Amino acid sequence: MADITNQSLNEIIENVKTKKVSSSELTKAYIKNIEGAKKLNAFVTTTFDLALDKSKKFDNKPNFDQLLPGIPLAVKDLFCTENTKTTAGSNILNNFIPSYESTVTKNLWDNGSFLLGKLNCDEFAMGSSNETSYYGNVINPVGDQLVPGGSSGGSSSALAADLTPATIGTDTGGSIRQPASFTGTVGLKPTYGLCSRWGIVAFASSLDQAGPMTKTIKDCAIMLEAMSGFDEKDSTSINKKKEQYSKNLKDNIKGLKIGIPKEYRVDNMPKEVDVLWEKGKKILKDLGAQLIDISLPHTKYALPTYYIVAPAEASSNLARYDGVRYGYRSKQGKDLIEMYEKTRSEGFGDEVKRRILIGTYVLSSGYYDAYYLKAQKVRQLIKKDFDDSFKNIDAILTPSTPSSAFKIGEKKNDPVSMYLNDIFTVPVNLAGLPALSMPAGVDNKGQPLGLQLIGKALDEQKILNIGYAFEKNCGFKNEIKKWWS
Amino acid sequence: MSKEKFDYFIKGEKGKYEVVIGLEVHAQVLSKSKLFSGSSTKFGANPNNQVSLIDSAFPGMLPVINEECVKQAVRTGLGLNAKINNYSVFDRKNYFYADLPQGYQISQYKNPIVGEGKVLLDMPYGPKEIGIERLHLEQDAGKSIHDMDPSNTYVDLNRSGIALMEIVSKPDLRSPDEVNAYIKKLRSIMRYLGTCDGNMQEGSLRADVNVSVRKEGDTNFGTRCEIKNVNSIKFMQMAIEYEAARQVELIENGKKIDQETRLFDTKKNETRSMRSKEDAHDYRYFPDPDLLPLKLEQKLIDDLKKSLPELPDKKKERFVKEYGLNTYEANVLVSEKEISDYYEEVAKLSDKKLAATWMMGDLFAMLNDRGLDISKSPISAKHFAELVQAIKSGEISGRIAKEVFEIMVESGDNPKKIIESKGMKQQSDPKELEKMINEILSKNKDKVDQYKAGKEKLFGFFVGQVMKLSGGKANPQLTNEILKKLLKG
Repeated sequence: MADITNQSLNEIIENVKTKKVSSSELTKAYIKNIEGAKKLNAFVTTTFDLALDKSKKFDNKPNFDQLLPGIPLAVKDLFCTENTKTTAGSNILNNFIPSYESTVTKNLWDNGSFLLGKLNCDEFAMGSSNETSYYGNVINPVGDQLVPGGSSGGSSSALAADLTPATIGTDTGGSIRQPASFTGTVGLKPTYGLCSRWGIVAFASSLDQAGPMTKTIKDCAIMLEAMSGFDEKDSTSINKKKEQYSKNLKDNIKGLKIGIPKEYRVDNMPKEVDVLWEKGKKILKDLGAQLIDISLPHTKYALPTYYIVAPAEASSNLARYDGVRYGYRSKQGKDLIEMYEKTRSEGFGDEVKRRILIGTYVLSSGYYDAYYLKAQKVRQLIKKDFDDSFKNIDAILTPSTPSSAFKIGEKKNDPVSMYLNDIFTVPVNLAGLPALSMPAGVDNKGQPLGLQLIGKALDEQKILNIGYAFEKNCGFKNEIKKWWS
Repeated sequence: MSKEKFDYFIKGEKGKYEVVIGLEVHAQVLSKSKLFSGSSTKFGANPNNQVSLIDSAFPGMLPVINEECVKQAVRTGLGLNAKINNYSVFDRKNYFYADLPQGYQISQYKNPIVGEGKVLLDMPYGPKEIGIERLHLEQDAGKSIHDMDPSNTYVDLNRSGIALMEIVSKPDLRSPDEVNAYIKKLRSIMRYLGTCDGNMQEGSLRADVNVSVRKEGDTNFGTRCEIKNVNSIKFMQMAIEYEAARQVELIENGKKIDQETRLFDTKKNETRSMRSKEDAHDYRYFPDPDLLPLKLEQKLIDDLKKSLPELPDKKKERFVKEYGLNTYEANVLVSEKEISDYYEEVAKLSDKKLAATWMMGDLFAMLNDRGLDISKSPISAKHFAELVQAIKSGEISGRIAKEVFEIMVESGDNPKKIIESKGMKQQSDPKELEKMINEILSKNKDKVDQYKAGKEKLFGFFVGQVMKLSGGKANPQLTNEILKKLLKG
């Protein structure tokens, strides 16, 4: 066999099931790829010994009835993994080894997979380019000067470079969908509450949601099925029956109504993005879907609302990193207050500090009503926009990002321009809805671009089906040359 | 009952000042596990032995509400005649401290689980109603230990995350005595309900005390100071007295009172400024996004209401009506559930009024001397009832009963056995007594003559002789009657 890693997860699973390849062979092939791709800086930690051990165990006693039989997987370093260092891309957790496993990763392992390593990400998932990581920026396999997107940049890079057959990320404002768009891959942010947040290092609790990142829609369905499910340890987890997304995947979308929101045509959007959107509409129309113009009038307030709500929650969520019980503690500091100050000054990077300061400010007495409370009200209006629209439509089609991957360093010192990258993804998190980014084409530089499908709450199956039909008719192929090896 | 007049004022040079007090009582919820984790709440474990990953705020850990704690708060609210809110919200109160692992305390701010209610106090000057502003659920913090090491502070997180009820009173209290009565009443209600053990030594009940003063007759409140975390009634009373006097002195000297948080120094018996209003923490309250709002079904509240035990106010009424006790006796006997249970068991088997008298006298004195709760009483309710009945039936005299009581305490035996084996039965046979008295009278002819000549004081002497001869067992009533009859003759 030529390259056993340059295939979809679904194909790889078939190869394992039909014994064309063993779990050990697969694992060794990925280890080889990872060792040859150090330039990409996609991994913070590798767990090769553990993976080899697990793959051997699988081969000795294989269970092919599982969803992910003998499949090695690397995951974002925001998921706590038992006995494996978990950094969240931060210096403050540089030495943190959890004694527990996040529910989502445990679900993956329970379905037959095992850990290959922990993937780089923006510090505490705060960033859109993976440049805020304490462990250095990650490079996009699409081009050696390009960011892989963020915050799940290590995940998108590793996936596109065949360093893992599929992966998972977290999405607070676009952290799965934007990196997927930048690397020509598929990324899904599920309905808030579909995947447990237990054991995931928290950024903004009311927005955080874990989701799959894969090469194909089918892979995405398999991974979502494996990772999701009710968890009584997370009070915001939705208690519902588990769905069989991959088995129920259908490519017939005839008669479905697709909403096209006028507010997603923003100023200064590159022409290619608009062209791509038109292409997407045409494909869906040709497949028998009906296009309907809709309005989501509060869209323009989504970004400012997000940059109040998310930092507010983050400022409180990150208070626990104080050097007292675990993680980094500064050796200086004469008393408790000084120890806190030094530990947090040395432990956190600039972007994290910026958001803690913004969050602290908007919650402060005298400012709470003007910022946090107002943002919560606007959030309700944004949600209502979607609710109203979804009375008449099945899904919404928009671009995933306003541009393709930008250059490393290009926006590093301009946070607002960086934040603008999330303009199409953020409203979905505020509304708690599921959304999928699927590769749809390339811009004039040949860099991938994605389109976003937004669904009703818990309507993952429908947007996966639309994506599945789209994928078959789009003709996109990710042309990544392995320039790094 | 004698109606005294309320009279607690601070006398200044320029007049009398009324003291206005409001309490924020922190009562530890009686529950097996903590408010948002499964860790044990047992007191006295080794440091950091009852701490889960949630209590110590490890990355990715999430709180899940303990339903039992919610029920306990509802029960307490019902016991305080308060409005139960079907919708309440948990908020984060943000501040940094070494024994606060999350960097915030989960509490309830704008939407507490329990709203307004009231508590009734029996004061010597009549009944007084104290308004309850609210009751909310919140997490306790851990404990910082500063005196174990000269250069380090140790942190014990066993307490971290234990459920507390913060019960906020209206500023309706007017004296240290009322504070004493209020705390005791709250404690009694919660112990009846089984929602808080009220153990102040173990820190299950503590209070922040808000104190202000105003000229007698003024209707506006003065500026208040908050005395933080006082853990005994005595210290609360001392702190109030000190603080009220301090405030009066400031006013009389034309100075302003700063609204501030103060600490009570129990060694120096004074309050000290902790932080001023300007330095007050900005807690940045906001709804905890890890928890959904708490919605209570009306049925749950109704069911809890139906299952409430009889509370002290109701029980007191019943004791007066059913057992013929006066309000003072009833008040004392309902103050603790265990005491009222003991009393009712005794009253079932013996004279109700006499039982109350003997319980509040000898039994309480003995328990007090030995530092025992009634649940640990060396005399069972059944034996105590037998003793009361022996007195009532005249089988033994009150004086002998005291001796029997002492023996019961030491031996744990039943009174019948003691009375019989020690021959302590009262001599109530009139023939026997007459024989004995005649013998005494014939031996003391001179005294009989003196008595008959008008020296009536000598009657006591004869009684004493009878008692001496009978070894204290002569029935005093009969002895009196027979003596009188024979001395006349």
